[in-house]
Amino acid sequence: MIVIKGVSASPGIAIGPAFVLENEEIVINRVDVPKAKVAAELKRFRGALEATHRDLDAAEAKVLKMLGKEHARLIDTHRLILRDPLITKDVPRRIRAEKVNAEFALSESLEVVNQAFEKMQDEFFRERRHDLFDVGKRLLSHLLKQEKKSLAGVRAPSILVARNLLPSDTLNLKENNILGFVTDLGGKTSHTAILAQSMEIPAVVGLSDASHRVKTGDTVILDGEQGLVIIHPSPEAVERYEGLRRRSLEEEESLERLRGAPAVTADGHKVRMTVNLDSIEDLKTVTALKGDGIGLFRTEYLFLNRTTAPGEEEQAKVYTQVARALDPNPVVIRTADIGGDRLSQLGLEGPKNEANPFMGLRGIRLFLRHSDLLKTQLRAILRASVHGKVHVMLPMVSSLRELQSARRIFVQAQQELEAEGLELPKKVPLGIMVEIPSAAILLDAFLEEADFISIGTNDLIQYLLAVDRINEEVAHLYDPYHPAVLRVLEGIVQTTHKHGKKVTVCGEMTSDPKAVPLLIGLGVDVLSVTPRMYLRVKQIVRGCRVEELKGAVAKALRMPDSDQIRRLLAELEGR
Amino acid sequence: MIEKLFTVKNRLGLHARPASLFVQTASRHRCKVTVVKATGGEEVVVNGKSVMGLMMLAAACGEDVKVVLEGPDEKEALKRLEDLFTRKFDEE
Repeated sequence: MIVIKGVSASPGIAIGPAFVLENEEIVINRVDVPKAKVAAELKRFRGALEATHRDLDAAEAKVLKMLGKEHARLIDTHRLILRDPLITKDVPRRIRAEKVNAEFALSESLEVVNQAFEKMQDEFFRERRHDLFDVGKRLLSHLLKQEKKSLAGVRAPSILVARNLLPSDTLNLKENNILGFVTDLGGKTSHTAILAQSMEIPAVVGLSDASHRVKTGDTVILDGEQGLVIIHPSPEAVERYEGLRRRSLEEEESLERLRGAPAVTADGHKVRMTVNLDSIEDLKTVTALKGDGIGLFRTEYLFLNRTTAPGEEEQAKVYTQVARALDPNPVVIRTADIGGDRLSQLGLEGPKNEANPFMGLRGIRLFLRHSDLLKTQLRAILRASVHGKVHVMLPMVSSLRELQSARRIFVQAQQELEAEGLELPKKVPLGIMVEIPSAAILLDAFLEEADFISIGTNDLIQYLLAVDRINEEVAHLYDPYHPAVLRVLEGIVQTTHKHGKKVTVCGEMTSDPKAVPLLIGLGVDVLSVTPRMYLRVKQIVRGCRVEELKGAVAKALRMPDSDQIRRLLAELEGR
Repeated sequence: MIEKLFTVKNRLGLHARPASLFVQTASRHRCKVTVVKATGGEEVVVNGKSVMGLMMLAAACGEDVKVVLEGPDEKEALKRLEDLFTRKFDEE
């Protein structure tokens, strides 16, 4: 049994026979090209460029279908490399000047870049050279008229062992019986690793000489959790890993069975479980969870990476699509919580370099300063309310006046749309995020005017404890189990229930398995959970006993420090 | 000819995506764009219209690069590139 330690590139465990991809050493000979044939050689190179562009188009279509738009950007990078002067200008220059064959000229150009990359200290940068090789290899294979080595020969489900895998190779693994892969080269941040994670293929990379040590057919264990590869494992090791793999599969299956099962506690209390949506690209994932609606649709993404603010038409289209997809379940759309630094990028007047952006011009403050932005977004949301159940939520509200000003603009938008002939639902609820301590303290007054509230735990904790989570010096002080946090949450729940309204929590706390029983025990009615954790949280909810948790929370509320509270929660979890 | 020194402020440095943005912006102008980084007493000079070139600089967060422009629309190009740096290449 040989155990080699590498770098975990994609989690998961795989056990099976190895399939070793022989290192295809392409030998490139320098061939002198007579002067009269230089033009033909240049033409041959251009042909290969065009063929490679066609390859990239095909690869892009595949990535789009399998993994979505985000990953298709990788192909854009490859296209840019293919159009790079280092390839389009430098290679023809060498062909002309040195009168050599295109393959040789290309490999010379690539070598220059390769050497520069190899010298780099920064792993992240060094890994980028694989993208260059990927493009270079495609070009070469066209020049040499070589078929790319295929994995079609892999008959039984196997673990692929290779010197190196290029991002484009990774795309073909799933359809070719590959359980996982291990490579000698590569790092955690390479595109190959990122693609493996998205496709949920376990992978260990950076094993230096694994491809020499393993032979096709050898039994191999790939431990993507710890970055280990075990060659010729002992029967005990196989048994242990089979057990691990079975357990994680069982866990997954038991979670899978919860899809569509009701979110009811063990003692019969219904908990509404909604999902957080960060971008329309996740809509399919969210609807597949069959939850009770969307508790928080973050619209910030619509305002990023652009030079003008998104218009009403564009926004209305997105909100309508979401409202329709979730109908008859409600969708809570939060107006954009963007910071002042975005303004100048959107071509608007705004502060540059605020000293403390978390306490600066953001959320509703920014949208009241630029009320046209708020009006546009509210009109777009209202237009979507015709197609499904829509709620509007305002972020970063710290005083009643802000809610009142926003309400005025909201009513204006409603009247305008009705004057334009649109038949809006009788009531579109307008609520606030409770994430600034002043809103929590003044909650009874807010509840008179807000149609609903939702607790944003991330910001609430940060402002309550005066801890900037991005600041390394103090980040450890950020503590969801701080007794002050607990007491404030309990105050919010009590006050809201007294007003006959329901409490939603939509921050990260809802996705923390330890915190969920705490929230249930506090009496929170609705949890809005990140999609990735949704089924896991439902599993926890279904194991909760409300009466027992209420008792535990009553105890926790008397505890003066978070360690005690944590211990109490750990005990509950163990039960 | 004009030149200006910039500090790379986005966390991951001038990696593929920001380098692509830089190249796309530079390529929209006719002027010659060169980027220079000083490393250990020696200067690395690359073509500002080449992604691979820019990535070869391996300019990390906090490092300085010099952008040199030469051509009829150099002022306009500098303004656009300057904007990219202040926007941290739209990365955070």
